[in-house]
Amino acid sequence: MIAAQDRKIALWNIGVAYTAFLIGTLCGLLQVFIRNDALQLPAWLDYYQILTAHGVLLALIFTTFFIFGFFITGMSKSLGAFGPKVRLFSWIGFWVTLLGTVMATVMIVSGEASVLYTFYAPLKGSGWFYVGLALVIVGTWISSFALVGHYIVWRKTHKGELSPLFAFMTITTIILWIIACLGVVATVLFQYIPWAFGWTDTINVELSRSLFWYFGHPLVYFWLLPAYMAWYVIVPKLLGVKVFSDSLARLSFVLFILFSIPVGFHHQLTEPGISNFWKFLQVVLTFMVIIPSLMTAFSMFATFEISGRKKGGTGLFGWFKKLPWKDVRFTSIFIAMAFFIPGGAGGIINASFQLNEVVHNTLWIVGHFHITVGTPVAMTFMGMTFWLIPYLTGRKFTKSMQILGFVQIITWSIGMLLMSTAQHVLGLLGAPRRTAYSGYNGHESALEWFDGILTNHVTMAVGGSILFLSAMILIYIVVMTMFLSPKAVKPEEIVEFPMAESDKESTPKWLENWWIWIGIAVFLIVAAYAIPLSHMIHHAPPGSEGFKTW
Amino acid sequence: MSKKDDHANVDLRGTLISVFFVGVVIVAMWVIVYSMYVAR
Amino acid sequence: MHLHKFEKIWLTFGIVALAVFLGVVGVSAFSQDHTPAGGMDTIDPKKVNETAPFDKPGVTQLDDDTYQVAIVAMAFGYNAPDLKVPAGKEIIFKVTSTDVVHSFTIDNTKVNMMVVPGRITTKSYTFDKPGKYLILCNEYCGTGHHMMFNEIEVY
Ligand code: HEM
Ligand SMILES: [Cu+2]
Repeated sequence: MIAAQDRKIALWNIGVAYTAFLIGTLCGLLQVFIRNDALQLPAWLDYYQILTAHGVLLALIFTTFFIFGFFITGMSKSLGAFGPKVRLFSWIGFWVTLLGTVMATVMIVSGEASVLYTFYAPLKGSGWFYVGLALVIVGTWISSFALVGHYIVWRKTHKGELSPLFAFMTITTIILWIIACLGVVATVLFQYIPWAFGWTDTINVELSRSLFWYFGHPLVYFWLLPAYMAWYVIVPKLLGVKVFSDSLARLSFVLFILFSIPVGFHHQLTEPGISNFWKFLQVVLTFMVIIPSLMTAFSMFATFEISGRKKGGTGLFGWFKKLPWKDVRFTSIFIAMAFFIPGGAGGIINASFQLNEVVHNTLWIVGHFHITVGTPVAMTFMGMTFWLIPYLTGRKFTKSMQILGFVQIITWSIGMLLMSTAQHVLGLLGAPRRTAYSGYNGHESALEWFDGILTNHVTMAVGGSILFLSAMILIYIVVMTMFLSPKAVKPEEIVEFPMAESDKESTPKWLENWWIWIGIAVFLIVAAYAIPLSHMIHHAPPGSEGFKTW
Repeated sequence: MSKKDDHANVDLRGTLISVFFVGVVIVAMWVIVYSMYVAR
Repeated sequence: MHLHKFEKIWLTFGIVALAVFLGVVGVSAFSQDHTPAGGMDTIDPKKVNETAPFDKPGVTQLDDDTYQVAIVAMAFGYNAPDLKVPAGKEIIFKVTSTDVVHSFTIDNTKVNMMVVPGRITTKSYTFDKPGKYLILCNEYCGTGHHMMFNEIEVY
C-alpha cells in the first residue's frame, strides 16, 4: 500500500470526480426527456443550461479529477512516496482546480453562463465563468508540475535508468496536457476575460475558436491516454502476463505527443477563415495520430492471445474463452475496448475532410463521443474504480459489490448501445445536436428522422434511463467502497493495484529523451498553425461584441 | 534473456484475425458514409 | 524495438487504408471541387445590412447556370426572403451572421455551413431533386436555437 498521505490526495480527487459524475449524469437523464418533449422545465431552468452543466461536469471535471487521482496513486506506487513539496503542490493543485470548478458551476447554475462547454464567442457568459475555467487549468498545471517534480527526483536518484512504464506514460500525458492548454489559456486570458469584464469591446471570434480547438483535440487524448495506460499496464496484470512490448508501448505514447496537437482544424472543417490548404494539412496530421491507436489495438489482442494460450487455449480462438470473464476489473475494460472500435472508426470519418459535412454538428457527433469518452474512457475508469478506491481506503471489495459491478457495466453497455446507436443513425439522417427539441414545427423532414425502429424518441429515452440507473449503481459502489464496506484484514481480502511487469532491457534509451519529442511537437505545431493563425490576426474583420442570447 | 523478449515465435494468428476484424469495421463504416456523401 | 511479423502486416494494411481514404477525399476535394464550406472573405458584423450582397438578401441569378443566394443569419432566424432555386443549376450560398455563431444547414444535402460573425461562408451546391428542403441551425446560438429554421424550395 502507498503512503497514507498520498492516498488521501488521490481519494479527494476521486471523490470530486464522482460528485461531478452524479450531477452530470442527472443532467443527461433530463436531456433525453426534454428532447422528447416529455418533460417541461420550470421557467428558471433551461435545456441549454443543463447541457452546459452536463458537458462541463462530465467531459471536463469528472475526467480530470479522476485522472489525477489515478496518476497520484500510480506515481506513488511506481516511483515511491511523495516528498513534502510534491505533496503540498498536489494539494494546492487540487484546491485550485476545485475552486475553479465551483466558480464555473455556480455561474452555470445561476444562468450566467449557458454557453455550453465549448463557450464559443461571441456568446458572452459572466467573466467569473471564464475565471473559473482558467483556475481549473491552472490547478491542473500545479498538480502536473508536482508529479513532474516527483519524477525528476526519481530520475536524479536512478541515473541512466529508464523510468517505470507507468511513470513514463504519466509524464507523456502531462506533457501533452501542458502544451495543449497553452491554446485555451491564451484565449481565455487574453481574449475572453478582458472582453467579458468589459475591458475590451470586441473579440476576434475565429481566432478564439481556433485557439479553443488547438486545445480541444489534444483534450480528448488527455482523456484517452489514461485509459490506454490501464489497457497497457493494468490489463496484462489481470491476465497474468507481462506488457506485450515495453518499447512499442512507449513509442505509441510519444507519437501521441507529436500528432495529437497540430490537428485542431479538423473540428473547423466547415467554417470560414481557414483556407482549404491548412484544413487539409491538419487532416493529414490527424490521420497520423491514428497509427499509434492501430498499434495499441494489436498490442491488446496480442496480450489477450498470449495469456489465453498460456492458460491452455488452443486453435485460432481458444484463448478467447480463457480470458478472465468473471473478473469485473477485466470485463469492464474489455467492453470499453470493444466500444472503441466503432468509436475510433467514427473518428476517422469525422476527420475525413469533406465527409465532415455529412456529420458535423448532427447527433452522430453526440453518439460518437459517447462511444469514445462516454464509454471507452468512462468505463475504463469505472473498471478501475472497483479496485482503486478499495486499494486506497483499505476496504474490501465484497462479493455483492462484484455482482453489482457487473450489473453496473452491463446496464451501462446496454443503455449506451441503445442511445448511441440511435444518435449515430439520427445524425446520418440529419438530426442536429444541441437542440432542446428537434420537431421544427412538425416539418416533414424532421418527422422522418424519428420514424425508424432505432431512431424513434423512445429508444433514446430508454437508453438514457438505463444509463442513469447504471450511474446510480456506480455511485452506490463508490460510496460503499469509500466509506462503508468492511475493512480488509485477511491478506486475501486486500485489494491490490494491478500493475504489470514490463521488460525494458531492449527498450532504447532515446525514447525517454523528452526534449526530442517536445522539439518535434513544437515544430509540427508551428508548421500547422503559425501561418493560418497569423493570417487570422492580421486580416481580422472588425471584432464582435458580446451577446447574451439565453 | 533476449529469448523472452523475442515476439517472433509467439503464435498470434488469433490476434491477426482480430485486428483485421477491426480493420473491416473501419473500412465498412467509412465506405458507408462516403457513399452517403456522394449521394447527397 | 522489434515488431512481430503480423504486426507489420497489420500496420501496413492500416497505413495503406488511411492513405487510400486521404487520397480519395483529397482528389475529390481538390480536383473536383468538393471542398467543404469555407472562404476567406470578411465583413463588418455591424454593417451586414449595408454590405453587398447582404443588403439585398435572397436569390440572384448570376448567369444561365449559376445562382447566388445571400443569407443573413441572426438569433433566431434567417433573413432570406423568397428562397426558390432551380434544380440542376449551381447555387452559390453566401452566409454571414449579425450576432453569434450559427449554422446554415440544408437537410439531406452537402450544405452544412458554419456561420461566423465577421466572416462570409461560401458553399456551392447543385440540387438534383425538386422539393421543399428544411433549413436549420445546428450550432447552439441561445434559448431559441431549436426554433431557428426555414425552408428552401427547389423547382
Ligand atoms: C447517464 C449517462 C448519460 C446520458 C443519458 C447522456 C446523454 C446526453 C445527451 C442526450 C446529449 C446530447 C444533447 C444534445 O446535443 O442536445 C449529451 C451530450 C454530451 N454528453 Fe452525455 N450522456 C451521458 C453520459 C456522458 C458521459 C459519461 C460523458 C463524458 C464523460 C458525456 C459527455 C457528453 C458531452 C461532452 C456532450 C456534449 C455537450 C454539448 O454538446 O455541449 N455524457 N449527453
Ligand atoms: Cu442559430
